[in-house]
Amino acid sequence: MGLLRYTAIRALMIIPTVLILYTLVFIVLRVLPGNPVLAALGTKNIPEEQLQALMRELGLDKPLYVQYFDYLVNFIKGDMGKSMIIRGRPIASDIVDKLPATLELSIWSIIFSLIIGVGLGYLGARARSDRVKAIIRLTGSIVFVIFIPALGLSLQLLFSKYLGLLPTGGRLSTTGYFKPITGIYTLDALLRLDIPVFIDALKHIVLPALTLGLVISGPYMRLTLNNMEEIMESKMIEAYRARGVRDSKILRHAFRHVLVPVTTYTGLQFSLLMGGAVLTETTFNWPGIGTYLVDKVMYRDYTAIQAVIIIFAIIVGLTSLIVDILYALIDPRVRY
Amino acid sequence: MMRAQSIFTILKNKYISTGLIIVLVFVFMAILADIISLYSPVDPAGPPLQPPSRDYFMGTDNLGRDVFSRIVYGSRIMLMIVAIAVAMSGAIGTMLGLISGYLGGLLDRVLSFIMDSIYAFPSLILAISLSVALGASPINAAIAIAVVYVPTYFRMVRGQVLSIKNETYIEMAKALGLPSIRIVLKHILPHVTRTLMVVFSMNSADAILTEAALSFMGLTVQPPTPDWGFDLYKGRGFILLGYWWIMLFPGLSIPLLAVGFALISEGVSTLITARKR
Repeated sequence: MGLLRYTAIRALMIIPTVLILYTLVFIVLRVLPGNPVLAALGTKNIPEEQLQALMRELGLDKPLYVQYFDYLVNFIKGDMGKSMIIRGRPIASDIVDKLPATLELSIWSIIFSLIIGVGLGYLGARARSDRVKAIIRLTGSIVFVIFIPALGLSLQLLFSKYLGLLPTGGRLSTTGYFKPITGIYTLDALLRLDIPVFIDALKHIVLPALTLGLVISGPYMRLTLNNMEEIMESKMIEAYRARGVRDSKILRHAFRHVLVPVTTYTGLQFSLLMGGAVLTETTFNWPGIGTYLVDKVMYRDYTAIQAVIIIFAIIVGLTSLIVDILYALIDPRVRY
Repeated sequence: MMRAQSIFTILKNKYISTGLIIVLVFVFMAILADIISLYSPVDPAGPPLQPPSRDYFMGTDNLGRDVFSRIVYGSRIMLMIVAIAVAMSGAIGTMLGLISGYLGGLLDRVLSFIMDSIYAFPSLILAISLSVALGASPINAAIAIAVVYVPTYFRMVRGQVLSIKNETYIEMAKALGLPSIRIVLKHILPHVTRTLMVVFSMNSADAILTEAALSFMGLTVQPPTPDWGFDLYKGRGFILLGYWWIMLFPGLSIPLLAVGFALISEGVSTLITARKR
């Protein structure tokens, strides 16, 4: 019962968080001076009646507080409003289209960052020399400065143009016959037992996921290295040593203890990951929410931007909820 | 706090000195741009798409402009936006953190909740949305970046205030009847400054990347103004054709400047932990 109640309360806490972000974005987008329709059209040369008609169609003629609550009520019903640019196109269906691509990129990026970060951290902990440890620690704290588009373009130049091994962008070479199930192509291909498509999808994800994964791998390096060192000095390891357990086996035991903080940290990484995903997607023409947001930014499509922000807020809230629950399950000391 | 003799210890830290050198090189580059650059950053300096050579040692872009001159002048926009943004968010965040932490109560709870919500949200995405709403310009980009990073300072300062607030000497100051403002500014703020320096330089590194990302999306400057992120964006179509130098130099300048700040932050934090031990 305890955990259930805890979960319910934590889930309810997402609502005010989302509301705060919605309010902030609403204030900036709507309350500040400037007519969103004019900004979206990019021209002031529009007859007054036509402008009024457009405003009415989008519900922008109503008082601000009505707009504020109307949007909320509609959002809860699953209606995220209509695009201001492509008239009448529901934003909700756009987002449902794009979300799996971002999810796929995120999952693979986390996998890559874990391999790079935990791997290097582990090697650092095993290394005898303090210099190697210092280098890995330093790398861990500065690797985030890599500017994603620059790294992405360099990788494209190397692996696509010069070596011709991997594609420069997109999710699949041919989209014709492949019918997605979940929208996460690598998973779908496996579910359909379609190996050529799986390999193709994998080839497309390698560079974007490597780019994003490398940039966010820093904290894992430090986390793994520091925790391993701490555990290696602990009484537990001393006891193993006293019993004559082999070194390699001791390392394996120590490593298992490192996995707990690493797991929790993955949840905290999520917001960093989402920000990086926007840049990665733009660099690799990856048709996810990030590219969608940037497209809408270019055209000043306010309703769509607002919807994307709320969706991201919900995603971030849900991830931290899941992490908290996982944490409560893993670590019995957490009281709820 | 920081006396003259301790400046030497600070500079002896390898991280701090390396970081400072990197940052100062860019600062001088921005100040002395007119002298350092060989060509105008906005007018063609020679034939387009020239590889790096003795005349154009970072090559020329698709419009024949000297890449090196654009890098030099681009540092101005970058440093200006980052300086304004970090100063604003630092000042506002620190002030709110001091007030919220010291006064406590409902105000503290509401402020903390708002700040935590913004903090948990992907900063880049929020910065993009804000600068779209405010309109694309360098100063608006600075404001957008500032808003996004206020919680970073707020959380740190508030946490520190909470831990200092109950010390005996603060109790005494209160018992003596000193005004709250005086207690906060004279007896609490000085204890926060060291940690503030770590956050400040780390945040500058972050702000550089955010600025570059906003520029990459065309949300800061208008062409032909030189800007690293924007130049990278405009050059990206030419990169896969093999004109790598258009990307390489802005692509290296951005992380290099950010590393400078990150190293300072790393150095200061190692100094602090060393002192605690």
